[in-house]
Amino acid sequence: MRTSFFIPFLALAAFVAGPAARQQPPPPASQQPPPPPQQPSEIETRISGDPGVPPRLAVPDFIAITKDKETVEIARLVSQVLWDDLNFEREFSFIPHDVIATVPAATGFNDIAFDRWRELNADGVLVGTVEKQAGGVKVAMKLFNVRTRQQAFAKEYTSANGRLIAHTISDEVHESQRALHGIARTKLTFSSDRDGERMTGTVEKREVKEIYIADYDGENQRRVTVNRTLNITPRWSPDGRSIAYTSYRRGPPQVFISNIFQGTLEETTKGDRAGQNWLPAWSPDGQRLAFGSTRDGGTSQLYVINRDGSGLRRLTNDRWVNTTPTWSPSGNQIAFVSDRTGSPQIYVMNADGVGGAQRLSASEGYADKPSWSPPPFNEIAYTARTGPGNDIKIIDMATRVVRQLTFGEGTNESPAWAANGRHLAFMSTRSGKEQIFTIDRMGQHLKQITKTGNNQQPDWSR
Amino acid sequence: MKTDAMKRTVAAISAFLLGATIACHKNPKPVVRATPPPPRAGAAATRPPAPPEPVAEPAIVPPEPVAEDRIASASLDDLNRNSPLKPVFFALDSDELTPDAQKSLADDVGVLKKYASWTVTIEGHCDERGTAEYNLALGERRAVAARAYLVSLGIAADRLRTVSYGKEFPFDPGHDEAAYAKNRRAHFVVTSK
Repeated sequence: MRTSFFIPFLALAAFVAGPAARQQPPPPASQQPPPPPQQPSEIETRISGDPGVPPRLAVPDFIAITKDKETVEIARLVSQVLWDDLNFEREFSFIPHDVIATVPAATGFNDIAFDRWRELNADGVLVGTVEKQAGGVKVAMKLFNVRTRQQAFAKEYTSANGRLIAHTISDEVHESQRALHGIARTKLTFSSDRDGERMTGTVEKREVKEIYIADYDGENQRRVTVNRTLNITPRWSPDGRSIAYTSYRRGPPQVFISNIFQGTLEETTKGDRAGQNWLPAWSPDGQRLAFGSTRDGGTSQLYVINRDGSGLRRLTNDRWVNTTPTWSPSGNQIAFVSDRTGSPQIYVMNADGVGGAQRLSASEGYADKPSWSPPPFNEIAYTARTGPGNDIKIIDMATRVVRQLTFGEGTNESPAWAANGRHLAFMSTRSGKEQIFTIDRMGQHLKQITKTGNNQQPDWSR
Repeated sequence: MKTDAMKRTVAAISAFLLGATIACHKNPKPVVRATPPPPRAGAAATRPPAPPEPVAEPAIVPPEPVAEDRIASASLDDLNRNSPLKPVFFALDSDELTPDAQKSLADDVGVLKKYASWTVTIEGHCDERGTAEYNLALGERRAVAARAYLVSLGIAADRLRTVSYGKEFPFDPGHDEAAYAKNRRAHFVVTSK
């Protein structure tokens, strides 16, 4: 399935410049939709509930204005996906489905049963209509304050992609009502052996691993590399248009960048003298990659390189392993892993490598894969050996307080943050094989994303 | 009456099964499975085409040596299938060469000196208890340790390349110490001869 494009009609011009203006992959030129009609500006207000309690929303099924099968199906899909998206952030509580079913369904925006919603103690009601039009549907959505019956937020969308419409509504409702950077349109990437294809050129039975992407909720899982070798440790570029990863397609591991919407490939590290190169990590501005390399002989050391392969700079220079880098959101610092004490531990240094490194994982026997959270939090998630297996832990950079997210169910590795710092993706063997899961930053609401084959080393787009 | 009939039936089935068992014991034929009929032209047309064969450049095979040396005359794949160079094994989280590992490497030196034209890739592997990311570096440490020891015993460094696979390609897919012990290794692959 390819992501089709749409243009949301913005209710407020100021909204465009806000943090909600997120990068979407551009469509092929032939799929450019016609410019959207103008819509008059609306006054935005916020729905609020009782103090300290999340606002209570009623989200009845979207209304299919035209009764053709496609429209009815998209209305159903948008309703279901939107509910899941809103529920994912836990910013609202919801009138349950079976209670909603007792309220007379509206046929449009003019016969909403405000009295009934008021009786049910709803603070807001989110009503949507779906109407067939050329090339897809037009979805209109309005969020009303149940007490004042005033419109709090409204917008229209055109697309054939019901999921994308729902994800966009969710992100914009979160932005306007809760000042929250929603992540419903972000994507996961990971490495998977699900195709069961065998490596060529080896006498052992070895299965290839390829890079996959998926929507944040696990839908639309798609393979993006086809080189029948080992492809691991994928990382989204900050603009969500490229994936850097470690590939063995030339024999020794090298850093590659796949520009997945253009279908082009960049060999960032290459050549006989490049040694082995792995674990690329994008700088926050997307211009450079930090990575581990054996290019100067000896153990893995950290380097930074421009994304076009120029400007190589060495950051560490000792006889120990230095690997698995992650950048601070400001780009000023890099956290990484070194085994200079005899076991892998997490350290922080300046991004230019000058001034030495400070140990961060003070009380772990073994720690790997630091992942620095985006703002507003300042935390580093990592993998710690806790027994026969590993668990995910998080250290708060201000207080150095450590909290544990997983507790010995299978082994748990490779945490990666969602763009708003409220969720993490990680690999766990708790359900048998290696699978990708997501979990809230406080360790609640575990969700399994993959189910086929082994899936590992997730990363979450900005 | 009914009971008699049942008894007779049971007896008949027992006799048959006994006979069948004896026949099997006497004549251990392989199980023959019905072979599917060859596809007809019409049926083949409705089926999706088979995925294309992977394109691979044929390996350059040097001319057959005159000697009746089976190792020297084997293809690279046949050679590697029989692992002429013995792998070395490591302790958890370690790249140290144990006395057993050193003895094994000394044997490998004998083979490498006898077949002085071979070039070899030393693969570093790890068990699943370490993390995927650090294991890339640990596997490389193991490969480098094995390589350094071979070089110290007189093998030219330019014949020995290293590559780390971390824990991506376990030799034994099990989840116990017996499997882990097999997976913490430096593994040798002859890449040209």
